[in-house]
Amino acid sequence: MEFYFLYMGVIIINAIIEVFPVLMKGIHITITVFILSVIFGYLFAFIAGLCRLSNNIIIRSTTSFYVEIFRGTSLIVQLFWLYYAIPMLFNIGIDNRLMAGVLAISLNYGAYMSEIVRGSILAVDKGQTEASIALNLTRFQRMRLVVFPQALRMMLPEFGNYLIQMLKATSLVSLIGMTDILYHGNILRSTNLSMAPTVYLLLLVFYFIMALPLIFLTRKGEEISKRGVANG
Amino acid sequence: MAELVKEMKQSITPKRGAKPIVEYKDVYKSFGEVEVLKGLNLDIFPGEKVALIGPSGSGKTTIIRMLMTLEQPTSGEIIVDGTDLWHMKKNGKTIPANEKHLREVRGDIGMVFQHFNLFPHMTILENCMTAPIQVKKESKETARERSVEMLEKVGLGDKLDNYPSQLSGGQKQRVAMARALVMRPKIMLFDEVTSALDPELVGEVLEVIRDIAEEGEMAMVLVTHEMDFALEIADRVIFLDDGVIAEQGSASEVLEESDNERLQQFLYRFRS
Repeated sequence: MEFYFLYMGVIIINAIIEVFPVLMKGIHITITVFILSVIFGYLFAFIAGLCRLSNNIIIRSTTSFYVEIFRGTSLIVQLFWLYYAIPMLFNIGIDNRLMAGVLAISLNYGAYMSEIVRGSILAVDKGQTEASIALNLTRFQRMRLVVFPQALRMMLPEFGNYLIQMLKATSLVSLIGMTDILYHGNILRSTNLSMAPTVYLLLLVFYFIMALPLIFLTRKGEEISKRGVANG
Repeated sequence: MAELVKEMKQSITPKRGAKPIVEYKDVYKSFGEVEVLKGLNLDIFPGEKVALIGPSGSGKTTIIRMLMTLEQPTSGEIIVDGTDLWHMKKNGKTIPANEKHLREVRGDIGMVFQHFNLFPHMTILENCMTAPIQVKKESKETARERSVEMLEKVGLGDKLDNYPSQLSGGQKQRVAMARALVMRPKIMLFDEVTSALDPELVGEVLEVIRDIAEEGEMAMVLVTHEMDFALEIADRVIFLDDGVIAEQGSASEVLEESDNERLQQFLYRFRS
C-alpha cells in the first residue's frame, strides 16, 4: 500500500517535470496577447465610452452599434471572423494571428468596458461640472481636469475585474493556432492521453499564478477608489 | 432707527445713474410645463449688493443660474456689461450663443454653490489655483501666491494641502469663496450658501461674505434665507413670488415697511 502511494507520487512528479517545460514554451505568447489586449482594450473602452457621450448623433449611434454587436455576440465567433472570414471576404489580410487575437479580445472587452467609462463619467456629480463652468474652464478642461479624474477612480474596481477576465480570454487564441500555454498543453495531451489530468491541473495553476498580481491590483484599485470619491 | 438705516443705505447705494452691469430684459424660463420666471426685468449695478428672497420655487436660484450660464432662458435677454449673454451676432443675424461666446461673456462672473462643489480629488490650494492657471494663463507661481493669499484671507492658510473631505462644511464653503474670488469676478453670485451648513457654522461663512461686501468693488447677488443678514449687507432686497418681482427696495423698505401680503406671510414664517 505504501509502495503504491510512493509509486503514484513518483509518477505525478515525473509528469509535472515533463509537462512544466512544455507549457513554459507558450507563456510568452499568453503574456504578449494579454498585455496587448489590455492596452488596446482600455484604449477602445475610453474612445467608445467618450464617443457615446458625444453631442453628435452619428458618432453616438455608430459607437452604440459597435458596442451592442460586440457585447451581443460570442467572442470565439468574433475571433474566427477576424481571422478566417474577413480576410477571405475582403481579400485583405489579418493573416497575422497575433493581430487577429488581440483585436478580437480588445474589441470585445473594449465594448464591455466602454459602458463602465460612460457610466462613471455620468456618475460624477453635476455640481462638479457646474463649478468648473463657474470658473470658466473650457469644455475640454472640464473633462480633463475635473470630471475624468473623478470618473477614473470609479472605473478602477471594475477595470480590475475585466483585467482578470481578459487574461483568461487569451486562452481562446489557441483556437486560431497561436502557440500559447493552452495550445502546448493540448498538443501534449493528444500525444499522451494519460497526461490529461496533469496538463489541465498545471494549466489551472499557471492561469491562477498569473492572475494573482491582477487580483492584487484590483484590490489596490478598490482602495484608491474608496479614497478618491469622498464628498467635496 | 429704520429711517436712519434707510438713509444710510441710500447714501451708499451705488451709482444708480451708472450703466448697469447686468440687465434682465423680459426673461421667461420654463422647466417642462412649469413656468418658473414670467417676464423678469431687473438691472444690477456695478458694486451693488442684491439679496433675492422668496418662497421656494419662486425662481430665485434660476435667476442667478441663468446668469452663470447653467440654465438657458426660454426667452428674453440677459445683458452682461453691454453684451447679450445668450445670443450672438453672425452675419448680421442673431443666433443662439455658442460655447466660445458664453465663455467670453461669463468671464467676469463667479459663483458659490449651496453644496460647495469643491473638487474632491484636489487639495484646497489646487482647487483655487487651477482656474487662474488654466483660464487666465497665470504662471504657477503667481497663481499659487494669490491663492495662498486668498485662502489666508478666508482663514484657511493652515489647510492648504488638505483635501476637501478633511474640512468642515463651513471651511469648505470658505474655500469655495476663495476659489471664486481668485478669479477676480466683477459679479459674484451666492446660491443659498449657508443652507447646507450646520447652524453653528453659518456665522463663519457670513463673516467672510460681510468682509467681501465691505470691500465694495464687486456686485453681489445673494439668494438667501438669512433675513437679518440680507438686511445688514444688501443695498437692495428683491422679493420674488410666483415668477415675478413682487416687491423690491432697500432692505428696510422691503423687510420692515412693505404691506405686500404675500411678503408678510413669507416673512412671518421665517420669523416665527
